[in-house]
Amino acid sequence: MAPRIGVVTFPGSLDDRDAARAVRLAGGEPVALWHKDNSVAGVDAVVLPGGFSYGDYLRCGAISRFSPVMAAVIEGAQAGLPVLGICNGFQILCESGLLPGALTRNDNLHFVCRDQRLRIESVTTAWTSGYTAGQEIVVPLKNGEGGYVADERTLDELEAEGRVVARYLEVNPNGSRRDIAGISNAAGNVVGLMPHPEHAVEPLTGPTTDGLAFFTSVLTQLVRP
Amino acid sequence: MARVVVDVMLKPEILDPQGQAVQGALGRLGFAGVTSVRQGKQFVIDVDGPADDALRSRADEMATTLLANLVIEDYTVQVAD
Amino acid sequence: MSVDTVKNAETTPEAVQPYAELGLKPDEYARIREILGRRPTSSELAMYSVMWSEHCSYKSSKVHLRQFGDKIPAEAADVLLVGIGENAGVVDVGQGYAVTFKVESHNHPSYVEPYQGAATGVGGIVRDILTMGARPVAVMDPLRFGPADAPDTRRVLPGIVGGIGGYGNCLGLPNIGGELVFDPSYLGNPLVNALCVGVMRHEDIKLAKAAGPGNLVVLFGAKTGGDGIGGVSVLASETFDADGPSKRPSVQVGDPFTEKLLIECCLEIFAADLVVGIQDLGGAGISCATSELASAGTGGMHVTLDQVPLRDASLSPEEILMSESQERMCAIVEPVHLDRFLEICAKWDVTVTVIGEVTSGDRLVIEWHGETIVDVPPRTVAHEGPVYERPYARPSWQNALQADAPTPERLARPSTPAELRDTLLRMVASPNLASKTWVTSQYDKYVQGNTVLAQPEDSGMVRIDEVTGLGIALATDGNGRFAKLDPYVGAQLALAEAYRNVAAGGARPLAVTNCLNFGSPEDPDVMWQFAEAVRGLADGCLELGVPVTGGNVSFYNQTGDLPILPTPVIGVLGVIDDVERRTPMAFGPVGETILLVGQTRDELAGSEWAHTVHGHLGGLPPMVDLSRERQLADILVAGSRDGMITAAHDVSDGGLAQTIVEMALRSGTGARIFLPDDLDPFVALFAESAGRAVVVVPRSEELRFTDMCVARYVPVARIGVVDGVGKDAVLDVQGLFSVDLADLNAAAEATLPALFG
Repeated sequence: MAPRIGVVTFPGSLDDRDAARAVRLAGGEPVALWHKDNSVAGVDAVVLPGGFSYGDYLRCGAISRFSPVMAAVIEGAQAGLPVLGICNGFQILCESGLLPGALTRNDNLHFVCRDQRLRIESVTTAWTSGYTAGQEIVVPLKNGEGGYVADERTLDELEAEGRVVARYLEVNPNGSRRDIAGISNAAGNVVGLMPHPEHAVEPLTGPTTDGLAFFTSVLTQLVRP
Repeated sequence: MARVVVDVMLKPEILDPQGQAVQGALGRLGFAGVTSVRQGKQFVIDVDGPADDALRSRADEMATTLLANLVIEDYTVQVAD
Repeated sequence: MSVDTVKNAETTPEAVQPYAELGLKPDEYARIREILGRRPTSSELAMYSVMWSEHCSYKSSKVHLRQFGDKIPAEAADVLLVGIGENAGVVDVGQGYAVTFKVESHNHPSYVEPYQGAATGVGGIVRDILTMGARPVAVMDPLRFGPADAPDTRRVLPGIVGGIGGYGNCLGLPNIGGELVFDPSYLGNPLVNALCVGVMRHEDIKLAKAAGPGNLVVLFGAKTGGDGIGGVSVLASETFDADGPSKRPSVQVGDPFTEKLLIECCLEIFAADLVVGIQDLGGAGISCATSELASAGTGGMHVTLDQVPLRDASLSPEEILMSESQERMCAIVEPVHLDRFLEICAKWDVTVTVIGEVTSGDRLVIEWHGETIVDVPPRTVAHEGPVYERPYARPSWQNALQADAPTPERLARPSTPAELRDTLLRMVASPNLASKTWVTSQYDKYVQGNTVLAQPEDSGMVRIDEVTGLGIALATDGNGRFAKLDPYVGAQLALAEAYRNVAAGGARPLAVTNCLNFGSPEDPDVMWQFAEAVRGLADGCLELGVPVTGGNVSFYNQTGDLPILPTPVIGVLGVIDDVERRTPMAFGPVGETILLVGQTRDELAGSEWAHTVHGHLGGLPPMVDLSRERQLADILVAGSRDGMITAAHDVSDGGLAQTIVEMALRSGTGARIFLPDDLDPFVALFAESAGRAVVVVPRSEELRFTDMCVARYVPVARIGVVDGVGKDAVLDVQGLFSVDLADLNAAAEATLPALFG
């Protein structure tokens, strides 16, 4: 039986169906989770997708983090459940304290959609074990509030502990500190990523298929006895 | 009936590109001598009951729980009738 | 202050009413009195004034637009499921799928408040598509501004682009194409046209009619506030004076989050088959929705205006009726389905209220605080508005304009290799031809994961079935300069270009939408341009076999006495059986053959070259040959389907040179071009003859492809070879000049960022 991966839909989530497609293409079974659910339906992993949940009102992800389903996601994450937050999902993970730092307005003030080159720097997380250390990939990026910030101490800690999962190459599209595109928690089961791997899973619709490994990685973790 | 006003500003060390854009625009409009602009948010919240310490405490909680992200923002609270 | 009721109107026939301030002419006011047999109440006057405005009633254009129906091509019977008259047209694309699409304008609001004007333009067209029962799947935006370096362009362009992106991205709709054109005539009147396309199954099509006495009229979506009160009649039926933007208060403010919830809520409601009819609230708000639903249905409706949920409790009933608050829909629901309807709205946190019911009479009756304030025959409000036969005549200057051809004597032409090279670099960097990345990177093109082709490709293409690969393609095109030289031909050239662009991607053109942007209809010169353009478009659609399914007219785009260039913008929809077979524009492997299909003539009138280098507009536009365009499209579609073609790109603005440059830059690979001997190199490179495309084929397919062209009597000539990658990527025009791709890229990419930051 294929591992079940939950994809949460908040009011205003946009890339939930794309995340579900990526899970399916990777060989998993996507399970639709609703923001008002009180549990994560026993899934093996959770994806918090991209979008503009609650219209990005107040701050991106600030209202979503209090959704009923997030209590179960947080509880699961603390117990080792793999959780991937993409774009708005990354914002929700930071707002809920599962990841340090915060995402702020792009420094050039424009929403930017571009095919972004990244370097995968940590391959010990649940979501990146399928890459090789230092592997360069191209994945779409699309955000207006993608600038990762944290205080120096936190940034140093992330670097020292190998928790910078992905870094921007060639162009820093949003002013993120230290070109950070994605980070993980200490245990490596929770990953936040600003770019969109779910849009790089089919040669027909994406710039590459480099994003698929985010989804196949977690499946290999889950299928292992 | 009491009114709570919460002002939220980005912490000084956080880049504020919107504030910078406003500063540039002021300069281009001929307002000389503007050395800094920071942009923030103000929440005006009307609440039943008196403007007492209990309300001030609740307002503080509103700010720290929801209205401000303490990682990147500072806030002030004012309470009045 | 008491409300003006019907009873009051009956007893005070002599009361003076401000009909002129509301935009009504004396004879129109007289007609309303005649229809009602009394003076109208102020609410009724508000309703008629807004619904009879140019924007809502099409009073100046109706007599001409009839041609789209009169000259409907025979092919329409096979393809058209819903024609002109509904919120948007619907066509059958096969496999049980129906596609609805439309383009609309939001020009005046965008001049006044660029961000919100453009944002609410997107919101409005998306709701039109949603209202047909479809899930919106993509948007496109043809935009036209004054000169790129004009201060007012810098005022409006970033806000407009920001608004389109801000609203569309938040809705989760990929932006798959559009246009960006700069011309002095648009300086006081930027054109913001917005297109949306949606997909559904045949059985899901919804219409905007209120049928079934006893059925409930349900208002849902955002609460009603004071947005855009009188916006429609005030803004669209009035030109701006030279003092600039002074009309601020009437602009609507959009909330894309609410619209996103509305989309999901509606789609669930449609899936549960809970509505008899549905209408979105756009221009003229509740007045429009209720009168249109009633008029198209069995004719009677009763509404209790007090039930409308308000954001601002101080609104008068007239204001509530005229409000253009965004993100609202009105559905007709059978009582047995109401609970489920309310349940779905509650799930999505969408405000919903029953405001009335369908009646067995033939009047629209609206009550406020227990008194009747509106009692009208809905047809007279919604569908039987004034019809004008505006006078029109060929302008006195038209002959002189057409005689002023860009001959070599009139406009100096580059002839030496160095001059040709310089001209190329100058053209590539000109605002109309330069890279549009600065704009398009502010739009999400990936969301929904079905975008197969997007800007800068010839068309936007979206997959609609993940199993079979069925896809649809769209292109929008317009050329105001050609239309000014000859509106009839210019409209046909725009149609031909959009048709050709859809075919270039490998999709078969099926149907047409249009956004007709013109100056004041009270100007006989402008009205002639409009009449000719519509005639040209109708004749063109008939000849190409693609029906017009709907569209939009925007008049009064002028500042004082100066109208914009007549700008009919044409959108063409096509279908492709398998998106895997689509034809991209980028060069493929080195060594493949570059072919020019079609005929090149010395046609520089109205061209980008004449405009950019000489600031000249005069002569006759390029010849249009629609049967040639049909043949060319057949070749492009067949070639794509049969796997003969690696890449294709249509030849249009900037001529052959621009086409080749774009294909090279898209791929990062260069080309060795050898121009035909029988044509002056300048003409070969920069003429803008229609009916042409550049096609790249593997050498193994060259004979099969050229045979196909010959069999259709379409000229085809080998003009080059794909060659040069990386540092060797060069555009080499043999015997003349050579340019590094890096230099071409730098020229193309620098222009917009330098202007807009």
